[in-house]
Amino acid sequence: MAFEGLADRLQGTIQKIRGKGKISEADVKEMMREVRLALLEADVNFKVVKQFVKKVSERAVGQEVMKSLTPGQQVIKVVKEELTELMGGEQSQIAVSKRPPTIIMMVGLQGAGKTTTTGKLANLLRKKHNRKPLLVAADIYRPAAIKQLETVGKQLDLPVFSLGDQVSPVEIAKQAIEKAKEEHHDYVLIDTAGRLHIDENLMGELKDIKELSNPDEIFLVVDAMTGQDAVNVAESFNEALGISGVVLTKLDGDTRGGAALSIRSVTEKPIKFVGMGEKMDALEAFHPERMASRILGM
Amino acid sequence: ARYRKIDEEFFEELEEILIGADVGFDTVMELIDELKLEVKRRNISDPVEVQSVISEKLVDIYQGDAEVSSELNIQEGELTVLLFVGVNGVGKTTTIGKMAHMLKSEGKNVILAAGDTFRAGAIEQLEVWGERVGVPVIKQGAGSDPAAVMYDAVQSAKAKKADILICDTAGRLQNKVNLMKELEKVKRVIEREVPGAPHEVLLVLDATTGQNAMVQAKTFKEATDVSGIVLTKLDGTAKGGIVLAIRNELDIPVKFVGLGEQMDDLQPFDAEKYVYGLFSNEVDNNEE
Ligand SMILES: Nc1nc2c(ncn2[C@@H]2O[C@H](COP(=O)(O)OP(=O)(O)OP(=O)(O)O)[C@@H](O)[C@H]2O)c(=O)[nH]1
Ligand SMILES: Nc1nc2c(ncn2[C@@H]2O[C@H](COP(=O)(O)OP(=O)(O)OP(=O)(O)O)[C@@H](O)[C@H]2O)c(=O)[nH]1
Ligand SMILES: [K+]
Ligand SMILES: [Mg+2]
Ligand SMILES: [Mg+2]
Repeated sequence: MAFEGLADRLQGTIQKIRGKGKISEADVKEMMREVRLALLEADVNFKVVKQFVKKVSERAVGQEVMKSLTPGQQVIKVVKEELTELMGGEQSQIAVSKRPPTIIMMVGLQGAGKTTTTGKLANLLRKKHNRKPLLVAADIYRPAAIKQLETVGKQLDLPVFSLGDQVSPVEIAKQAIEKAKEEHHDYVLIDTAGRLHIDENLMGELKDIKELSNPDEIFLVVDAMTGQDAVNVAESFNEALGISGVVLTKLDGDTRGGAALSIRSVTEKPIKFVGMGEKMDALEAFHPERMASRILGM
Repeated sequence: ARYRKIDEEFFEELEEILIGADVGFDTVMELIDELKLEVKRRNISDPVEVQSVISEKLVDIYQGDAEVSSELNIQEGELTVLLFVGVNGVGKTTTIGKMAHMLKSEGKNVILAAGDTFRAGAIEQLEVWGERVGVPVIKQGAGSDPAAVMYDAVQSAKAKKADILICDTAGRLQNKVNLMKELEKVKRVIEREVPGAPHEVLLVLDATTGQNAMVQAKTFKEATDVSGIVLTKLDGTAKGGIVLAIRNELDIPVKFVGLGEQMDDLQPFDAEKYVYGLFSNEVDNNEE
């Protein structure tokens, strides 16, 4: 198997030092090689891995590990603690604007799960928080994107605002917000088209929507299977828009999801939710500790 | 140039470029070890030469001994069936649109089958592509049995004496056992109705995907005997380097690459060009 648990990986080293009662810097170095491997195989960005391993190494040669009776186990504990720490706290609350409606923009690469997550969030807002969201179809590019959101709206019995695909997304957002005010919707969820972070025109469009709508949340939607490129994507979207949080989708798969760590460490923005399936109720709060275990394969 | 000396640091940077391209740790380590040997053995001191050695080695990993063809297995004068599979959101439906356009431009009579009856708007999405390209789409209502849609589509393709039937399927994560079974059933219907079909089972992989793509390839291969890969979204900054290891371990070749969202954004895979592209960002950086 390509992915073995970290504990399994470290077994060899642990065996060697078990009888020693003391571990050397060389032992730590060898352990850190395994940690590095586990993280790389989980798709954590290599630059992030480097920093991380450096930090953990420092702690590992310190008193708490060296003086411990089970240094091997202690190192694993340190790794997990540091990883959880890096991943941030639990953050699943959504902003509430003092002057409703609260505006949420969904952004991200093509196929990440924005439209589906828009539906899931609306569902959550209504069910758990008793809110009255309006969904906005601002993807005028992808074939049948509007139809997709409308179908989602129908499934949830929630209204979807659309002006077809011949009106600019900025104008759509503007009119949607006016309508939300008139009809007393307290949340406006804007589904935008997928785009590459290097597409200057389309990134400009998002900036325009942001300027016009002054959103309370900008969620970057990221596929949990994303590899090394996650840092570039997250950095670019964050630089252009100043995202407020991340939704990690498709975590119902068997990916280790190291992208979560990469994104968190380059943006320092919280991961707020995880997508756990295609159905409208498959959105969950993010648990940093569970994610840390998952990345390490434990 | 950035690389002045061929020392540890040089190899480390190469390592990072390749890992950054999602080539995968094991493959990269193997490669770098071989490279170090080669550099020593041939007494190479010019970084440019090392670059070309590593490119050769990467192409080698991909091709093995034989040249790999990216040609589709098209049956002349008979119905050819192409089945698309893959996880959610990778670009299956879009690639079908592009491929239909390509084949139609080659004078083929193409029909599309709307086998994703699950995702909201999936049928309509394929219909838009059908209109764009100018080919018919066989569909049933949302929520209907995908195997039944395929049965219909095959009958229709036979009746219309179509050259090529391209079948869309719903995205599914490879660890969903029931959904993988459903896909096997879809394939069985096609096998039963057209002897020798499907002539290609194309697994669509998103270039932004990391190491999980290997598991995807393994599982979809077991379920549907994948014959080729389409690597999409290469117009971004991700490289999808895991396809090298997939080819090496599972012997599945990449047949096409996706370079955008428009009809023309599909190209046959070219291993040398691809390998060159793995380093292209670095080359650009060097020129700055
Ligand atoms: N298994 C699983 N599938 C998901 C999840 N979230 C989204 N999907 C699926 O991923 C695919 C893409 O989702 P969309 O919501 O269309 O993605 P998008 O970001 O809006 O795509 P574009 O608008 O084309 O950029 C669909 O098949 C969804 O059903 C999730 O959490 N788990
Ligand atoms: N930039 C870029 N985008 C692409 C490419 N191929 C597909 N896309 C986009 O990726 C998104 C998902 O594409 P789809 O064709 O709907 O993917 P799918 O695999 O059919 O998705 P599901 O049916 O939901 O599983 C859409 O926004 C496409 O326009 C590509 O080569 N480059
Ligand atoms: K994706
Ligand atoms: Mg969408
Ligand atoms: Mg599709």
